[in-house]
Amino acid sequence: MKIGTPKEVFEGEARVAMTPDSARQLQKLGYECAIETGAGAAAGFSDETYKEAGVEIIKTPAALYKDVDIVAKVRQPNATELKRLSQGKTLISFFNPAGNEEGMELAKTKKANVIAMEMVPRISRAQKMDALSSMANIAGYRAVIEAGNNYGRFFTGQITAAGKVPPAKVLVVGAGVAGLAAIGASTSLGAITYAFDVRPEVAEQVQSMGAEFVYLDFEEEQQDGAATGGYASVQSEEFRNAQLAKFREIAPDIDIVITTALIPNRPAPKLWLEDMVAAMKPGSVIVDLAAERGGNVEGTVADEKIVTENGVTIIGYTDFPSRMAAQSSMLYATNIRHMMADLTPEKDGQINHDMEDDVIRGATVTYDGEITFPPPPPKVQAIAAKPKAEVKELTPEEKKAAEAAAFKAETRQQVILLAAGAALILGVGLIPNMPASFMQHFIVFVLSVFIGFQVIWNVAHSLHTPLMAVTNAISSIIILGALIQIGSGGFLVVVLAALSVFMAGINIFGGFLVTRRMLAMFQKS
Amino acid sequence: MENAFTIAAYVVAGVLFILSLGGLSGQESAKRAVWYGIVGMALAVFATLVGPGAGLWLLSLVLIAAGGIIGYYVAMRVQMTEMPQLVAAMHSLVGLAAVFVGFNAEMTINLVEAAKAAGDTVEGAFAQLVYKKQPIEISILKVELALGIWIGAVTFTGSVIAYGKLAGKVTSAATKLPGGHALNAAAALLSLVCLVWYLSSGAMIPLLILTLAALFIGYHLIMGIGGADMPVVVSMLNSYSGWAAAAIGFSLGNDLLIVVGALVGSSGAILSYIMCKAMNRSFISVILGGFGGTAGPAMEVEGEQIAIEADGVATALDEADSIVIIPGYGMAVAQAQQNVAELTRRLRAKGKEVRFAIHPVAGRLPGHMNVLLAEAKVPYDIVLEMDEINDDFPDTDVAIVIGSNDIVNPAAQEDPNSPIAGMPVLECWKAKQVFVSKRGQGTGYSGIENPLFFKENTRMFYGDAKASLDKLLTMID
Repeated sequence: MKIGTPKEVFEGEARVAMTPDSARQLQKLGYECAIETGAGAAAGFSDETYKEAGVEIIKTPAALYKDVDIVAKVRQPNATELKRLSQGKTLISFFNPAGNEEGMELAKTKKANVIAMEMVPRISRAQKMDALSSMANIAGYRAVIEAGNNYGRFFTGQITAAGKVPPAKVLVVGAGVAGLAAIGASTSLGAITYAFDVRPEVAEQVQSMGAEFVYLDFEEEQQDGAATGGYASVQSEEFRNAQLAKFREIAPDIDIVITTALIPNRPAPKLWLEDMVAAMKPGSVIVDLAAERGGNVEGTVADEKIVTENGVTIIGYTDFPSRMAAQSSMLYATNIRHMMADLTPEKDGQINHDMEDDVIRGATVTYDGEITFPPPPPKVQAIAAKPKAEVKELTPEEKKAAEAAAFKAETRQQVILLAAGAALILGVGLIPNMPASFMQHFIVFVLSVFIGFQVIWNVAHSLHTPLMAVTNAISSIIILGALIQIGSGGFLVVVLAALSVFMAGINIFGGFLVTRRMLAMFQKS
Repeated sequence: MENAFTIAAYVVAGVLFILSLGGLSGQESAKRAVWYGIVGMALAVFATLVGPGAGLWLLSLVLIAAGGIIGYYVAMRVQMTEMPQLVAAMHSLVGLAAVFVGFNAEMTINLVEAAKAAGDTVEGAFAQLVYKKQPIEISILKVELALGIWIGAVTFTGSVIAYGKLAGKVTSAATKLPGGHALNAAAALLSLVCLVWYLSSGAMIPLLILTLAALFIGYHLIMGIGGADMPVVVSMLNSYSGWAAAAIGFSLGNDLLIVVGALVGSSGAILSYIMCKAMNRSFISVILGGFGGTAGPAMEVEGEQIAIEADGVATALDEADSIVIIPGYGMAVAQAQQNVAELTRRLRAKGKEVRFAIHPVAGRLPGHMNVLLAEAKVPYDIVLEMDEINDDFPDTDVAIVIGSNDIVNPAAQEDPNSPIAGMPVLECWKAKQVFVSKRGQGTGYSGIENPLFFKENTRMFYGDAKASLDKLLTMID
C-alpha cells in the first residue's frame, strides 16, 4: 500500500507528518511513500532529501489523495481535504473528534477510516505513538525559550565585575509532559524553578527535574491522579481557593510564569487571575500554553503576545510545536511510524485495522462508515500501580524478640533432630543378638555421615559441580570390594568383580581428571 | 583383612578423602584438595592390592589401567555443557559396580556355606571372613548386601535415564506409566517381600527379582521427573551411589568403603536439600515429579512483551555503569558462554561493573553455571550467589537475563497462587532496565507465565542466545 503526506494547509503550520527518516522506516514495513511537493520545506526537508529516501514526489494534493491509500498529516483536516477521501482510505492525523462533529460526519459519509492521533490511549505500550506527549514536550521547551526571548534578563544568577545578577524565578503550573519539559529547560538555563500541580504524586517527578514543588496548606484526601488515567481532574472549591491564595502570595516574586494546566474535555481552568498579573513586576513574562482552550491566565489572547499596563508580557501562542518544525516533525513522524507499525503486524505493507486492539480501537474515530467515537474504556487500565501499603519498620525490641524466637526455634529443631537420631541409633543397639562386629562398623558409618554433613555445608555453591565430580570419583572406592572378591570364588565371581574393577577404574580417572580440569578453569580477576 | 598395614592405609586414605571434600570450600584450596583425593584413592587401591586375599592383582591392574584410559579420554573430551550427562553416566557405573559386588558377595556366601557343609576350607580373604561368621552375622550380611544391590540397581537405571534426559536422548518431560507412583510403591513392596523370602530361603531367585524391581523403580522414578528438576535428581543419585557403597562396605566388613560411602551419601543429600530449598519445594514433591496444583487462579498478566533489537541493547549497555548478567540453562543449550564472557570482557574494559547472578538451581546440575562461566574464563570473583546480589538490583542499570525463566519470575513473590509462590528468585526486575534473551514467547519449565517479560522496564531480545550475542558483540567494541 502507499502512504502519502500532503502539505499542511493550515495557516502558518510548518510541521510535516513524514520525514525522510520516517519514510525509510515505513518502507521497511513494506509501504511505498509519497509526498506533496514542498510539504517538508517549512520544516527544513527539501524534496531532494525525500527523493534520496525513495519517496515519490507528487505535484498536487488532489493527485496525492487519489494515489495513496493512507494519508498522514498533522493538523485537523478541513472540509476540502476530507472530501478528497474515499472508501477504504485511512487518514492519520490530529482530528479533535470531541469538537469536530462535522468532520466526523463527513469522513463517515466518505467511508474513510480516520485515526485521531490525540485519541491514542495513555497506556505504556502506546507511549511510542503518543503525539500529544511528544508535541507537549516541545511546547514546554519552546515556552521557556519564548519566555526568555521576551524577558530582559538572565535566567541564571551571576556575580560579575559589572554587578550582581539575581537568578530568574520561574513558576511552572501543571506538571504534565509540557510542564516537566518546561521545568527541565528552565532549570538547565539556571533559573530557580518552582512547580505546582493538583496531583501531589507528581511532586517526586518535579523534584527529580530539579524544581521545587509548591505545596498547599490544605488538608483533604486528594483523589489519586492514577485513577483518572494520569490526567488532572476538577478540584473542589476549597482546594481552588487554597491554590489561588498560594499563587497570590508568591506572584510578586515570580519573574516568569508558564501555565500548562488542562483538564480533558473541559475549558482550561483559570489559575492566574488578573490581580496576580497585576502583582507581578514589570518586565515579567507569562507564557500560557493553554491559550488554545481559553487560557489559564486572565488576559490571555490566543495566538497573540500582549503587554499589560504594568509591563507584564502575556504570550498566548498556540503553535509552539510548529515553531520548532524540524524537531516536532521528526517526533511526530516517528509517532506516525509507530502507529503504522502497530497497524502492520505482518510488516507486509498491508494495513490490518484491528478493532480489538485497545490502542487502535481507542484512536479510531470513524471506521467502515461508522462513527466510533467516543471509544469504550480501554481493557488495560492502570498507568501507575496503586501505592502499596508500607511495610512496618520493626522496632529494635521487636527485632530482638524475633531473633530470640528464631534462635529458640533453631535450638528446638536441633534438639529434636539429635533426639531422633540418638533414638534411632540406640534402637539399633537394642535389637537382640546384634553382633558386636556390626556395631563397630555402625559407629564408623554414623560418624562418617556426621563428618560428611559438617564438611559439605562449607562447600562453596560455585563448586557444587566439581563436588559432584569428585564425590563421584571417590565413590568408586567400591573398587576395593571388587578387588577383594576378584581373588576368591568361582568363575562368575571373577568375571563380575573384574567388570566392577574396570568400571570403577573409568570412574576414578574420569572423575578426578574432570574435576581437575574444571577447577583449573576457575580464575580470579 | 587383619593386615594392620591395610587398615592403617585406610585410615590415612579416609582422612585424605575428608580433606579433599572439605577443601572445596574455596576455589584455590579446591585445586589442592583434589590431589588429596587422588592420593587417598591411590593409597587405598595400593593397600588393598598388597593386602591379604587380593588375588589376580595383575589382572586388576590391567583392568584399572584400561578403565583409566577410557576415563582419561572421556574427561579430556567432554564439553563443559555436557557435564551433567557425564556425572549422571558415572553414577550409573558406580551403581552397577555395587550390584555386581553385591551378587559376588552372595555367591561367595553360598560357596562358603557349601564348603562348610563339606568341611573344606576356602580361599580368598572375603571367603575366609565369611567362613568365620556366626549364622546371625550371616543374616545381617545378607540384609546388607541386599540393600547394597537394591540401592545400586536404583542408582544404575536412574542414572542411565537421567543421562538420557540430560543428553536429550530421552524426552525430558515428566512421563509416567499408567499407575504412576502406585507402580513404584508396588515394586518397593515386592522388593521387601523378596528380601524376606531371600533371608528365609537363601535362594538366588528372590535376589534377582529384587534387583529387577529396583531397576524398574530407578527407571520409572526418574522418568517421572522433568528436566528442570535434574539438579535435584543428579545430586540425589550422587547420594544413592554413596549409600550403595556404604551398604556394600557393611557386607564386606570394609570400613573405608563405609566411610567414603557415608561421606558421598551425605554430600549428595545436602546438595539435594540445597537445591530443593532453592526451589522452595519439598524433596518429596520433587521426587514425586511435576509441579503441584495451584491454590487458585493465577494473577492476570497485563501489558505486552516488547521486543528490542541488538542495537537497542548495545546503546543501553553503552550508557550503563553497572550490569548484572543472569545466565540459565538456555545459555548452556546455546553454548553461549564464550560470547557472554567476551561481552563481559569488553564491557569491563570500558570500566563498567559487570557481575553475574547465579541462582542455585540454574542449569541442570548444582553449580553448572559456575563451571560454564569458569570455562569461558570469567573471573569467579564477579560471579555471585543469589543472596549476595539480590539487594544490589535496585542500583543496577541493566540486568541481562540469558536463557533463564522461572528463577527470575516475580510471580514467586507477587502472586500467592502461583505454583512457584515462595520460591526464592533473582529480583532482576528491580534493575532500571532488563533485557531478556530468549528463543521465543514460550513459558519456562514450570509452564507458568512470567510477568517479568511484561514489565515496563523489560525488553525482549528474541533469538538464539548465541546468535543474539554475536550480533550484539559486533556493536560493542
